[in-house]
Amino acid sequence: MHVDPEIIRLLAFLIGVIAFAALNAAYLVWLERKEAAHIQRRIGPKEVGPFGLLQPLVDGIKLMTKQLIVPAGVDPVLFKIAPILVMVPAIMSFVTIPFSDTLVARNLDIGLLAIFAFASVNVLGLLLGAWGSRNKYAVISAARVVSQNVAYEIPMLITVVTLVMISGTMNLSKIVGLQMGGFWNWNILNLSASPLMPIAFLIFFVCMLAETNRAPFDMAEAESELVAGTFTEYSGMGFGVFFMGEYANIVIGASVATILFLGGWDCPFGLFPGVHWFLLKMYFLIFTVIWIRWTYPRTTFYGLLNLSWKILIPISFVNLILTSAMLKVF
Amino acid sequence: MIDYLREIISGTWSLFVGLGITIRYFFQPVVTVQYPYQTLPMTPRFRGHIELVKDEETGETKCIVCGMCQKACPSNCITVNGEKREGVKGKVLTEYTLDFTKCSLCGLCVESCTPSAITFSKDYNLAGVTKEAYIFDLKKRLEAKN
Repeated sequence: MHVDPEIIRLLAFLIGVIAFAALNAAYLVWLERKEAAHIQRRIGPKEVGPFGLLQPLVDGIKLMTKQLIVPAGVDPVLFKIAPILVMVPAIMSFVTIPFSDTLVARNLDIGLLAIFAFASVNVLGLLLGAWGSRNKYAVISAARVVSQNVAYEIPMLITVVTLVMISGTMNLSKIVGLQMGGFWNWNILNLSASPLMPIAFLIFFVCMLAETNRAPFDMAEAESELVAGTFTEYSGMGFGVFFMGEYANIVIGASVATILFLGGWDCPFGLFPGVHWFLLKMYFLIFTVIWIRWTYPRTTFYGLLNLSWKILIPISFVNLILTSAMLKVF
Repeated sequence: MIDYLREIISGTWSLFVGLGITIRYFFQPVVTVQYPYQTLPMTPRFRGHIELVKDEETGETKCIVCGMCQKACPSNCITVNGEKREGVKGKVLTEYTLDFTKCSLCGLCVESCTPSAITFSKDYNLAGVTKEAYIFDLKKRLEAKN
């Protein structure tokens, strides 16, 4: 019997992508708890398995044994579809991410655009879940999420447009291909294209934190004010899927930052490029995301919007204009 | 314009300083004591329930059965009894009971003891299911120690 290798490839990547997203979501929770503990000089999870490594499994079982409560008065369709709307685009984004020059599920020519298109569905999921919950905390939280994401998508996309101008392509593999050969070729140090490139990376990273609703921009679930924000009415695995979607989005954000600025799978010294370098850079960025969460307190909502509109957007515009001028001149 | 940029730069710098502090803490050893498996040495001034002191020369109690502790106790939780024995100078202790359910750990008994025969123990693992477990026979505890 002849089986089309394309079908096997498709199945392998489907399983691989879902497993990668789910495993990351589970073990990033463990990493977050361990890192938080050590920053506060505690030990963190240690009882379940060696170094608490089975903790995510036990957490998952606990969440699955809980009843999925659908409160009276909610919009049943929106309430149930919202966690899926958060999780599915996050998994779909993995399809376009090149982990190495051969390891990519679908090498789209518009990969960058696809990722940002999927990323905005995430906000829609949160908004629908909150609206469907018929809970005032959730609705306030959703209003915050939407205005926050609108505010931070602008500097993020301006920075990305700058990079697309430099690379001349939206194909993620080609963007990495242009940065091969050592860390001095990476976009973060591409000072001949624009001297503001390291700052552009910082802007992108800050926007990534805000887009994924991570501390210090976690206004969406400001526990002290909004109970659990959008997730207030969700129980059991409904909440669990939201949570996994959030961590999957962090992985996507760190991957995109790695691809756009840190040379993807390129080795800093030009030796043995491969998927291990990609994962190393990506997990370093994720480590930094968690590190930031356990360093800074939550900002105020006005501080958050002021940071975007008064600082990040003007600077990213300056970077855009400077880059286009330098591209024209040199 | 200069102020705007200066504020951004100093603000960003302060954020990096903060990250530096937390990463230093990250690499420092943990300070958690895993209590049932590890314990810290108890401080010398910890005041647990009272305990009889052993006389290093005779190996017996230093108690002379004067009853001062019993009198000093505001909660009446100490019972001391003794008897006269042939060939022994003074009284011999036969019973020293502490009703720890009533004791307020005031320490008046320790203060009033002339021969320094009682002291505070360092025992803090005190959990049980019966009230009777807290009526301590201190004489037996001292003998069990020998």
